[in-house]
Amino acid sequence: MFWTVTQSLLSGLATTFEIFILTLLFALPLGLVFAFASMSKWKPLRLLMQLIVWVVRGTPLMLQLIIIFYGPGLWLGTNIWSGGEAGRIAATVVAFAFNYACYFSVIFRGGIESVPVGQREAGQVLGMTRSQIFFKITLLQMIKRIVPPMSNEIITLVKDTSLARIIAAYELTFAGYSFMKSDGLTWPLFYTGVFYLLFVGILTLLFNYIERKLDYFR
Amino acid sequence: MAILEVKNIEKHFGSTKVLEDVSFSLEEGSALAIIGSSGSGKTTLLRCLNFLEKPDGGSISVKGEKLFDASDEADWEKNLRKKRLHFGMVFQSFNLFPQYTALENVTLAEKLLAQERPDFKQNKKEILAEIENHGKELLAQMGLSERMGHYPHQLSGGQQQRVAIARALALKPDILCFDEPTSALDPELTGEVLKVIRGLAEQKTTMIIVTHEMAFARDVADQVIFMDGGVIVEQGDSREVIENPKEERTKQFLSRYTQE
Repeated sequence: MFWTVTQSLLSGLATTFEIFILTLLFALPLGLVFAFASMSKWKPLRLLMQLIVWVVRGTPLMLQLIIIFYGPGLWLGTNIWSGGEAGRIAATVVAFAFNYACYFSVIFRGGIESVPVGQREAGQVLGMTRSQIFFKITLLQMIKRIVPPMSNEIITLVKDTSLARIIAAYELTFAGYSFMKSDGLTWPLFYTGVFYLLFVGILTLLFNYIERKLDYFR
Repeated sequence: MAILEVKNIEKHFGSTKVLEDVSFSLEEGSALAIIGSSGSGKTTLLRCLNFLEKPDGGSISVKGEKLFDASDEADWEKNLRKKRLHFGMVFQSFNLFPQYTALENVTLAEKLLAQERPDFKQNKKEILAEIENHGKELLAQMGLSERMGHYPHQLSGGQQQRVAIARALALKPDILCFDEPTSALDPELTGEVLKVIRGLAEQKTTMIIVTHEMAFARDVADQVIFMDGGVIVEQGDSREVIENPKEERTKQFLSRYTQE
Protein backbone atom coordinates (compact mmCIF):
# COMPACT_ATOMS: atom_id res chain seq x y z
CA MET A 1 0.00 0.00 0.00
CA PHE A 2 2.79 2.38 0.92
CA TRP A 3 4.28 1.96 -2.53
CA THR A 4 0.93 2.53 -4.24
CA VAL A 5 0.41 5.72 -2.26
CA THR A 6 3.95 6.90 -2.99
CA GLN A 7 3.51 6.35 -6.70
CA SER A 8 0.22 8.16 -6.69
CA LEU A 9 1.62 11.09 -4.71
CA LEU A 10 4.63 11.32 -7.00
CA SER A 11 2.36 11.62 -9.98
CA GLY A 12 0.40 14.32 -8.10
CA LEU A 13 3.66 16.04 -7.29
CA ALA A 14 4.56 16.09 -10.97
CA THR A 15 1.37 18.03 -11.71
CA THR A 16 1.92 20.32 -8.74
CA PHE A 17 5.44 20.98 -9.93
CA GLU A 18 4.27 21.63 -13.47
CA ILE A 19 1.72 24.19 -12.30
CA PHE A 20 4.29 25.78 -10.03
CA ILE A 21 7.03 26.14 -12.64
CA LEU A 22 4.77 27.27 -15.47
CA THR A 23 3.05 29.80 -13.23
CA LEU A 24 6.40 31.30 -12.23
CA LEU A 25 7.64 31.27 -15.80
CA PHE A 26 4.71 33.43 -16.92
CA ALA A 27 4.00 35.40 -13.76
CA LEU A 28 7.54 36.76 -13.27
CA PRO A 29 7.83 38.60 -16.62
CA LEU A 30 4.13 39.50 -16.62
CA GLY A 31 4.53 40.91 -13.12
CA LEU A 32 7.35 43.13 -14.36
CA VAL A 33 5.19 44.38 -17.22
CA PHE A 34 2.38 45.06 -14.74
CA ALA A 35 4.83 46.85 -12.45
CA PHE A 36 5.89 49.18 -15.25
CA ALA A 37 2.26 49.72 -16.24
CA SER A 38 1.43 50.69 -12.67
CA MET A 39 4.27 53.24 -12.73
CA SER A 40 3.39 54.58 -16.18
CA LYS A 41 3.30 58.31 -16.77
CA TRP A 42 0.07 57.78 -18.69
CA LYS A 43 -2.70 57.98 -16.15
CA PRO A 44 -5.35 55.76 -17.85
CA LEU A 45 -2.90 52.85 -17.93
CA ARG A 46 -1.98 53.39 -14.29
CA LEU A 47 -5.64 53.46 -13.28
CA LEU A 48 -6.43 50.36 -15.34
CA MET A 49 -3.59 48.54 -13.61
CA GLN A 50 -4.83 49.61 -10.21
CA LEU A 51 -8.27 48.31 -11.10
CA ILE A 52 -6.89 44.95 -12.26
CA VAL A 53 -4.77 44.54 -9.14
CA TRP A 54 -7.71 45.46 -6.94
CA VAL A 55 -10.02 42.91 -8.57
CA VAL A 56 -7.43 40.13 -8.67
CA ARG A 57 -6.20 40.64 -5.12
CA GLY A 58 -9.70 41.29 -3.87
CA THR A 59 -11.29 38.02 -4.98
CA PRO A 60 -10.39 34.43 -4.07
CA LEU A 61 -7.98 32.66 -6.37
CA MET A 62 -10.29 29.66 -6.29
CA LEU A 63 -13.15 31.76 -7.65
CA GLN A 64 -10.91 33.10 -10.43
CA LEU A 65 -9.88 29.57 -11.30
CA ILE A 66 -13.48 28.39 -11.54
CA ILE A 67 -14.45 31.33 -13.74
CA ILE A 68 -11.48 30.86 -16.06
CA PHE A 69 -12.04 27.13 -16.38
CA TYR A 70 -15.82 27.01 -16.78
CA GLY A 71 -16.50 30.55 -18.03
CA PRO A 72 -15.44 30.19 -21.67
CA GLY A 73 -17.53 27.04 -22.14
CA LEU A 74 -20.60 28.65 -20.60
CA TRP A 75 -20.34 31.98 -22.43
CA LEU A 76 -18.93 30.95 -25.79
CA GLY A 77 -20.60 27.58 -26.00
CA THR A 78 -17.27 25.87 -26.67
CA ASN A 79 -14.69 24.84 -24.17
CA ILE A 80 -11.41 26.55 -25.07
CA TRP A 81 -9.49 24.24 -22.74
CA SER A 82 -8.62 20.94 -24.33
CA GLY A 83 -10.21 18.05 -22.53
CA GLY A 84 -8.46 15.99 -19.89
CA GLU A 85 -5.63 16.76 -17.56
CA ALA A 86 -3.72 19.04 -19.98
CA GLY A 87 -6.65 21.42 -20.30
CA ARG A 88 -7.12 21.59 -16.56
CA ILE A 89 -3.48 22.38 -16.00
CA ALA A 90 -3.52 25.00 -18.75
CA ALA A 91 -6.53 26.75 -17.19
CA THR A 92 -4.87 26.58 -13.77
CA VAL A 93 -1.65 28.11 -15.07
CA VAL A 94 -3.52 30.95 -16.78
CA ALA A 95 -5.47 31.77 -13.65
CA PHE A 96 -2.45 31.44 -11.37
CA ALA A 97 -0.05 33.34 -13.61
CA PHE A 98 -2.41 36.31 -13.87
CA ASN A 99 -3.15 36.26 -10.16
CA TYR A 100 0.48 35.96 -9.10
CA ALA A 101 1.63 38.54 -11.64
CA CYS A 102 -0.56 41.06 -9.82
CA TYR A 103 1.00 40.27 -6.46
CA PHE A 104 4.49 40.24 -7.97
CA SER A 105 3.90 43.58 -9.68
CA VAL A 106 3.35 45.25 -6.34
CA ILE A 107 6.54 43.75 -4.93
CA PHE A 108 8.49 44.67 -8.07
CA ARG A 109 7.21 48.23 -7.97
CA GLY A 110 8.27 48.54 -4.35
CA GLY A 111 11.69 47.14 -5.24
CA ILE A 112 12.20 49.49 -8.18
CA GLU A 113 11.05 52.52 -6.22
CA SER A 114 13.36 51.68 -3.34
CA VAL A 115 16.45 52.05 -5.55
CA PRO A 116 17.68 55.61 -4.91
CA VAL A 117 16.95 58.16 -7.67
CA GLY A 118 20.66 58.98 -7.68
CA GLN A 119 21.39 55.58 -9.23
CA ARG A 120 19.20 56.36 -12.23
CA GLU A 121 20.61 59.86 -12.52
CA ALA A 122 24.18 58.56 -12.41
CA GLY A 123 23.27 56.29 -15.33
CA GLN A 124 21.63 59.15 -17.20
CA VAL A 125 24.59 61.49 -16.95
CA LEU A 126 26.77 58.64 -18.23
CA GLY A 127 24.69 58.54 -21.40
CA MET A 128 22.92 55.25 -20.70
CA THR A 129 19.58 54.43 -22.27
CA ARG A 130 16.53 53.72 -20.16
CA SER A 131 16.79 50.00 -20.74
CA GLN A 132 20.51 49.98 -19.97
CA ILE A 133 19.80 51.79 -16.72
CA PHE A 134 17.13 49.25 -15.82
CA PHE A 135 18.99 46.09 -16.76
CA LYS A 136 22.52 47.11 -15.79
CA ILE A 137 21.85 49.18 -12.68
CA THR A 138 18.36 48.97 -11.22
CA LEU A 139 17.48 45.32 -11.76
CA LEU A 140 20.05 43.62 -9.54
CA GLN A 141 19.59 46.15 -6.74
CA MET A 142 15.85 45.58 -6.99
CA ILE A 143 16.24 41.78 -6.94
CA LYS A 144 18.38 42.00 -3.82
CA ARG A 145 15.69 43.97 -2.05
CA ILE A 146 12.76 41.79 -3.10
CA VAL A 147 14.16 38.34 -2.34
CA PRO A 148 12.52 38.11 1.11
CA PRO A 149 8.98 39.15 0.06
CA MET A 150 9.26 37.11 -3.14
CA SER A 151 10.24 34.01 -1.19
CA ASN A 152 7.01 34.44 0.79
CA GLU A 153 4.90 34.66 -2.35
CA ILE A 154 6.62 31.78 -4.09
CA ILE A 155 6.26 29.52 -1.06
CA THR A 156 2.59 30.45 -0.90
CA LEU A 157 2.30 29.46 -4.56
CA VAL A 158 3.52 25.95 -3.77
CA LYS A 159 0.59 25.45 -1.48
CA ASP A 160 -1.90 27.37 -3.63
CA THR A 161 -1.41 24.77 -6.36
CA SER A 162 -3.69 22.58 -4.26
CA LEU A 163 -6.57 24.84 -5.30
CA ALA A 164 -6.41 23.22 -8.74
CA ARG A 165 -8.27 20.32 -7.16
CA ILE A 166 -11.46 22.39 -7.51
CA ILE A 167 -11.38 21.84 -11.27
CA ALA A 168 -10.31 18.24 -10.76
CA ALA A 169 -6.65 18.62 -11.72
CA TYR A 170 -4.87 15.65 -10.23
CA GLU A 171 -2.31 17.48 -8.12
CA LEU A 172 -0.61 16.47 -4.89
CA THR A 173 -3.39 17.24 -2.41
CA PHE A 174 -5.99 15.56 -4.66
CA ALA A 175 -3.77 12.49 -4.80
CA GLY A 176 -3.42 12.27 -1.03
CA TYR A 177 -7.08 12.98 -0.39
CA SER A 178 -8.28 10.32 -2.81
CA PHE A 179 -6.99 7.57 -0.49
CA MET A 180 -9.15 8.88 2.30
CA LYS A 181 -12.19 8.87 0.07
CA SER A 182 -11.65 5.46 -1.48
CA ASP A 183 -9.90 3.49 1.31
CA GLY A 184 -10.59 5.54 4.41
CA LEU A 185 -6.87 6.07 4.95
CA THR A 186 -5.72 9.21 6.73
CA TRP A 187 -1.98 8.62 6.90
CA PRO A 188 -1.50 9.50 3.19
CA LEU A 189 -2.66 13.03 4.12
CA PHE A 190 0.32 13.41 6.45
CA TYR A 191 2.54 11.80 3.88
CA THR A 192 1.28 14.43 1.41
CA GLY A 193 2.26 17.10 3.91
CA VAL A 194 5.80 15.72 3.94
CA PHE A 195 6.00 16.19 0.16
CA TYR A 196 5.03 19.85 0.51
CA LEU A 197 7.51 20.32 3.33
CA LEU A 198 10.32 18.89 1.25
CA PHE A 199 9.35 21.05 -1.74
CA VAL A 200 9.27 24.19 0.39
CA GLY A 201 12.43 23.14 2.20
CA ILE A 202 14.35 22.99 -1.06
CA LEU A 203 12.96 26.39 -2.08
CA THR A 204 13.99 27.86 1.26
CA LEU A 205 17.54 26.62 0.74
CA LEU A 206 17.49 28.12 -2.75
CA PHE A 207 16.35 31.51 -1.46
CA ASN A 208 18.99 31.46 1.25
CA TYR A 209 21.54 30.74 -1.45
CA ILE A 210 20.35 33.66 -3.58
CA GLU A 211 20.43 35.98 -0.58
CA ARG A 212 23.97 34.90 0.20
CA LYS A 213 24.96 35.32 -3.46
CA LEU A 214 23.71 38.90 -3.43
CA ASP A 215 25.40 39.65 -0.15
CA TYR A 216 28.54 40.91 -1.86
CA PHE A 217 27.15 44.41 -2.28
CA ARG A 218 25.05 46.78 -0.25
CA MET B 1 35.70 81.24 -28.00
CA ALA B 2 34.03 80.03 -24.84
CA ILE B 3 33.48 76.30 -24.60
CA LEU B 4 30.26 76.79 -22.64
CA GLU B 5 27.73 79.54 -23.15
CA VAL B 6 24.78 79.69 -20.76
CA LYS B 7 22.18 82.35 -21.49
CA ASN B 8 19.23 83.54 -19.45
CA ILE B 9 18.44 80.22 -17.79
CA GLU B 10 15.13 80.20 -15.95
CA LYS B 11 13.76 77.40 -13.81
CA HIS B 12 10.82 77.18 -11.50
CA PHE B 13 9.33 74.33 -9.51
CA GLY B 14 5.61 75.12 -9.40
CA SER B 15 5.39 78.75 -8.43
CA THR B 16 8.84 78.86 -6.81
CA LYS B 17 11.47 80.50 -8.96
CA VAL B 18 14.70 78.58 -8.53
CA LEU B 19 16.79 80.14 -11.27
CA GLU B 20 16.28 83.53 -12.80
CA ASP B 21 18.12 84.93 -15.78
CA VAL B 22 21.34 83.00 -15.14
CA SER B 23 24.00 83.71 -17.75
CA PHE B 24 27.68 82.95 -17.81
CA SER B 25 30.35 81.55 -20.05
CA LEU B 26 33.33 79.33 -19.48
CA GLU B 27 36.64 79.19 -21.30
CA GLU B 28 38.16 75.87 -22.25
CA GLY B 29 40.65 74.69 -19.65
CA SER B 30 39.37 76.93 -16.90
CA ALA B 31 37.65 76.13 -13.63
CA LEU B 32 34.56 77.89 -12.38
CA ALA B 33 33.40 77.71 -8.77
CA ILE B 34 29.80 78.38 -7.85
CA ILE B 35 29.25 79.42 -4.26
CA GLY B 36 26.20 80.43 -2.30
CA SER B 37 24.01 79.26 0.54
CA SER B 38 21.76 76.21 0.36
CA GLY B 39 18.70 76.81 -1.77
CA SER B 40 20.40 79.47 -3.86
CA GLY B 41 19.96 77.40 -7.03
CA LYS B 42 23.54 76.17 -7.49
CA THR B 43 22.68 72.50 -7.64
CA THR B 44 19.66 73.10 -9.87
CA LEU B 45 21.90 74.98 -12.26
CA LEU B 46 24.28 72.02 -12.48
CA ARG B 47 21.36 69.66 -12.96
CA CYS B 48 20.11 71.82 -15.83
CA LEU B 49 23.53 71.64 -17.47
CA ASN B 50 23.48 67.84 -17.18
CA PHE B 51 19.96 67.68 -18.61
CA LEU B 52 18.60 66.20 -15.39
CA GLU B 53 16.25 69.17 -15.12
CA LYS B 54 14.64 70.93 -18.02
CA PRO B 55 15.06 74.70 -17.81
CA ASP B 56 11.97 76.79 -18.44
CA GLY B 57 13.86 79.42 -20.34
CA GLY B 58 17.21 80.28 -21.85
CA SER B 59 19.78 78.39 -23.85
CA ILE B 60 22.90 76.26 -23.38
CA SER B 61 25.62 75.99 -26.01
CA VAL B 62 28.77 73.91 -25.96
CA LYS B 63 31.55 74.62 -28.46
CA GLY B 64 29.19 76.83 -30.40
CA GLU B 65 26.58 74.10 -30.75
CA LYS B 66 23.22 74.92 -29.24
CA LEU B 67 22.28 71.96 -27.04
CA PHE B 68 19.25 73.51 -25.43
CA ASP B 69 16.99 76.31 -26.44
CA ALA B 70 13.81 76.87 -24.49
CA SER B 71 12.10 78.42 -27.51
CA ASP B 72 12.32 75.06 -29.29
CA GLU B 73 9.94 72.85 -27.28
CA ALA B 74 10.29 69.63 -29.26
CA ASP B 75 14.04 69.71 -29.08
CA TRP B 76 14.48 68.44 -25.50
CA GLU B 77 14.18 64.68 -26.02
CA LYS B 78 16.17 64.69 -29.23
CA ASN B 79 19.65 63.24 -28.76
CA LEU B 80 19.28 63.71 -25.02
CA ARG B 81 21.89 61.05 -24.34
CA LYS B 82 24.40 62.57 -26.75
CA LYS B 83 23.87 66.02 -25.26
CA ARG B 84 24.41 64.74 -21.75
CA LEU B 85 27.77 63.33 -22.76
CA HIS B 86 29.18 66.83 -23.17
CA PHE B 87 28.99 67.09 -19.41
CA GLY B 88 30.33 64.87 -16.65
CA MET B 89 28.77 64.90 -13.21
CA VAL B 90 30.15 64.12 -9.79
CA PHE B 91 27.38 63.92 -7.23
CA GLN B 92 27.43 64.97 -3.62
CA SER B 93 26.41 61.45 -2.55
CA PHE B 94 28.77 59.71 -5.05
CA ASN B 95 25.99 57.50 -6.50
CA LEU B 96 28.38 54.69 -7.32
CA PHE B 97 26.73 51.49 -8.50
CA PRO B 98 26.95 49.20 -5.46
CA GLN B 99 26.95 45.91 -7.40
CA TYR B 100 30.03 46.81 -9.42
CA THR B 101 33.67 47.05 -8.41
CA ALA B 102 35.50 50.36 -8.59
CA LEU B 103 36.89 49.44 -11.99
CA GLU B 104 33.54 48.23 -13.29
CA ASN B 105 31.94 51.47 -12.13
CA VAL B 106 34.45 53.41 -14.18
CA THR B 107 34.24 51.26 -17.33
CA LEU B 108 30.53 50.34 -17.45
CA ALA B 109 29.26 53.35 -19.40
CA GLU B 110 32.18 53.30 -21.80
CA LYS B 111 31.61 49.62 -22.52
CA LEU B 112 27.93 50.20 -23.16
CA LEU B 113 28.69 53.09 -25.49
CA ALA B 114 31.26 51.00 -27.34
CA GLN B 115 28.51 48.55 -28.28
CA GLU B 116 27.15 51.24 -30.58
CA ARG B 117 30.40 51.45 -32.52
CA PRO B 118 30.11 49.91 -35.99
CA ASP B 119 33.35 47.96 -35.53
CA PHE B 120 32.42 46.63 -32.09
CA LYS B 121 31.63 43.08 -33.21
CA GLN B 122 34.88 42.63 -35.14
CA ASN B 123 37.21 44.20 -32.59
CA LYS B 124 35.29 43.39 -29.43
CA LYS B 125 38.27 42.04 -27.52
CA GLU B 126 40.60 44.92 -28.36
CA ILE B 127 37.98 47.57 -27.65
CA LEU B 128 37.07 46.10 -24.27
CA ALA B 129 40.72 45.67 -23.31
CA GLU B 130 41.37 49.27 -24.27
CA ILE B 131 38.47 50.47 -22.11
CA GLU B 132 39.69 48.33 -19.24
CA ASN B 133 43.15 49.88 -19.50
CA HIS B 134 41.71 53.35 -19.69
CA GLY B 135 39.73 52.66 -16.53
CA LYS B 136 42.81 51.38 -14.71
CA GLU B 137 44.76 54.45 -15.75
CA LEU B 138 42.07 56.75 -14.44
CA LEU B 139 41.89 54.93 -11.11
CA ALA B 140 45.67 55.03 -10.85
CA GLN B 141 45.53 58.75 -11.49
CA MET B 142 43.09 58.98 -8.56
CA GLY B 143 45.55 57.05 -6.40
CA LEU B 144 43.30 54.00 -6.29
CA SER B 145 45.42 51.35 -8.04
CA GLU B 146 45.12 49.12 -4.99
CA ARG B 147 41.35 49.45 -4.82
CA MET B 148 40.18 48.58 -8.33
CA GLY B 149 38.54 45.31 -7.36
CA HIS B 150 36.80 46.70 -4.29
CA TYR B 151 33.07 47.25 -4.10
CA PRO B 152 31.82 50.70 -3.09
CA HIS B 153 30.81 49.61 0.41
CA GLN B 154 34.40 48.47 1.02
CA LEU B 155 35.73 51.95 0.28
CA SER B 156 35.86 55.08 2.42
CA GLY B 157 33.80 58.08 1.38
CA GLY B 158 36.83 59.83 -0.02
CA GLN B 159 37.79 56.79 -2.04
CA GLN B 160 34.24 56.41 -3.32
CA GLN B 161 34.17 60.00 -4.46
CA ARG B 162 37.48 59.55 -6.26
CA VAL B 163 36.06 56.52 -8.06
CA ALA B 164 33.08 58.70 -9.00
CA ILE B 165 35.45 61.31 -10.42
CA ALA B 166 37.25 58.64 -12.45
CA ARG B 167 33.87 57.39 -13.67
CA ALA B 168 32.90 60.87 -14.81
CA LEU B 169 36.24 61.36 -16.55
CA ALA B 170 36.03 58.03 -18.37
CA LEU B 171 33.71 59.39 -21.03
CA LYS B 172 35.97 62.41 -21.62
CA PRO B 173 33.33 65.07 -21.10
CA ASP B 174 33.93 68.60 -22.37
CA ILE B 175 32.97 69.99 -19.00
CA LEU B 176 33.18 68.20 -15.67
CA CYS B 177 30.65 69.28 -13.04
CA PHE B 178 31.02 68.75 -9.31
CA ASP B 179 28.01 69.09 -7.05
CA GLU B 180 29.38 69.77 -3.57
CA PRO B 181 31.84 66.89 -3.95
CA THR B 182 33.03 67.00 -0.35
CA SER B 183 29.83 67.87 1.52
CA ALA B 184 29.03 64.25 2.36
CA LEU B 185 32.55 63.54 3.62
CA ASP B 186 34.12 63.65 7.04
CA PRO B 187 36.47 66.62 7.33
CA GLU B 188 39.55 64.37 7.34
CA LEU B 189 38.51 62.88 4.00
CA THR B 190 37.79 66.11 2.11
CA GLY B 191 41.49 66.79 1.60
CA GLU B 192 42.13 63.77 -0.62
CA VAL B 193 39.20 64.64 -2.87
CA LEU B 194 40.12 68.32 -3.11
CA LYS B 195 43.67 67.32 -3.96
CA VAL B 196 42.43 65.26 -6.89
CA ILE B 197 40.28 68.13 -8.16
CA ARG B 198 43.21 70.49 -7.77
CA GLY B 199 45.28 68.09 -9.88
CA LEU B 200 42.60 68.14 -12.58
CA ALA B 201 42.64 71.92 -12.57
CA GLU B 202 46.39 71.89 -13.05
CA GLN B 203 45.90 69.65 -16.08
CA LYS B 204 43.51 72.27 -17.48
CA THR B 205 40.35 70.23 -17.15
CA THR B 206 37.32 72.41 -17.82
CA MET B 207 35.29 72.27 -14.62
CA ILE B 208 32.34 73.73 -12.80
CA ILE B 209 32.50 73.15 -9.07
CA VAL B 210 29.66 73.85 -6.69
CA THR B 211 31.34 74.09 -3.32
CA HIS B 212 31.26 75.41 0.21
CA GLU B 213 35.06 75.31 0.49
CA MET B 214 35.88 78.98 0.03
CA ALA B 215 39.66 78.71 0.25
CA PHE B 216 39.56 75.91 -2.26
CA ALA B 217 37.36 77.92 -4.63
CA ARG B 218 39.70 80.86 -4.35
CA ASP B 219 42.87 78.85 -4.99
CA VAL B 220 41.70 76.38 -7.61
CA ALA B 221 39.01 78.16 -9.62
CA ASP B 222 39.76 80.86 -12.14
CA GLN B 223 36.29 82.34 -11.92
CA VAL B 224 33.73 82.43 -9.15
CA ILE B 225 29.99 82.92 -9.33
CA PHE B 226 28.10 83.83 -6.18
CA MET B 227 24.43 82.91 -6.31
CA ASP B 228 21.63 83.92 -4.02
CA GLY B 229 17.91 83.39 -4.43
CA GLY B 230 18.30 81.89 -7.88
CA VAL B 231 20.20 84.79 -9.40
CA ILE B 232 23.88 85.45 -9.99
CA VAL B 233 24.74 88.24 -7.58
CA GLU B 234 28.38 88.56 -8.43
CA GLN B 235 30.83 86.91 -10.77
CA GLY B 236 34.43 87.46 -11.64
CA ASP B 237 38.00 86.48 -10.92
CA SER B 238 37.97 84.06 -8.02
CA ARG B 239 40.50 85.86 -5.82
CA GLU B 240 38.80 89.15 -6.49
CA VAL B 241 35.28 87.96 -5.63
CA ILE B 242 36.26 86.05 -2.51
CA GLU B 243 38.74 88.54 -1.09
CA ASN B 244 37.18 91.81 -2.22
CA PRO B 245 33.50 91.22 -2.89
CA LYS B 246 31.67 94.23 -4.29
CA GLU B 247 28.08 93.30 -3.52
CA GLU B 248 26.63 93.59 -0.05
CA ARG B 249 25.06 90.11 -0.19
CA THR B 250 28.35 88.52 -1.20
CA LYS B 251 30.10 90.24 1.70
CA GLN B 252 27.47 88.97 4.13
CA PHE B 253 27.73 85.43 2.82
CA LEU B 254 31.53 85.34 2.88
CA SER B 255 31.78 86.90 6.33
CA ARG B 256 30.12 83.77 7.74
CA TYR B 257 33.00 81.71 6.41
CA THR B 258 35.84 84.00 7.56
CA GLN B 259 34.41 84.19 11.05
CA GLU B 260 34.69 80.46 11.47
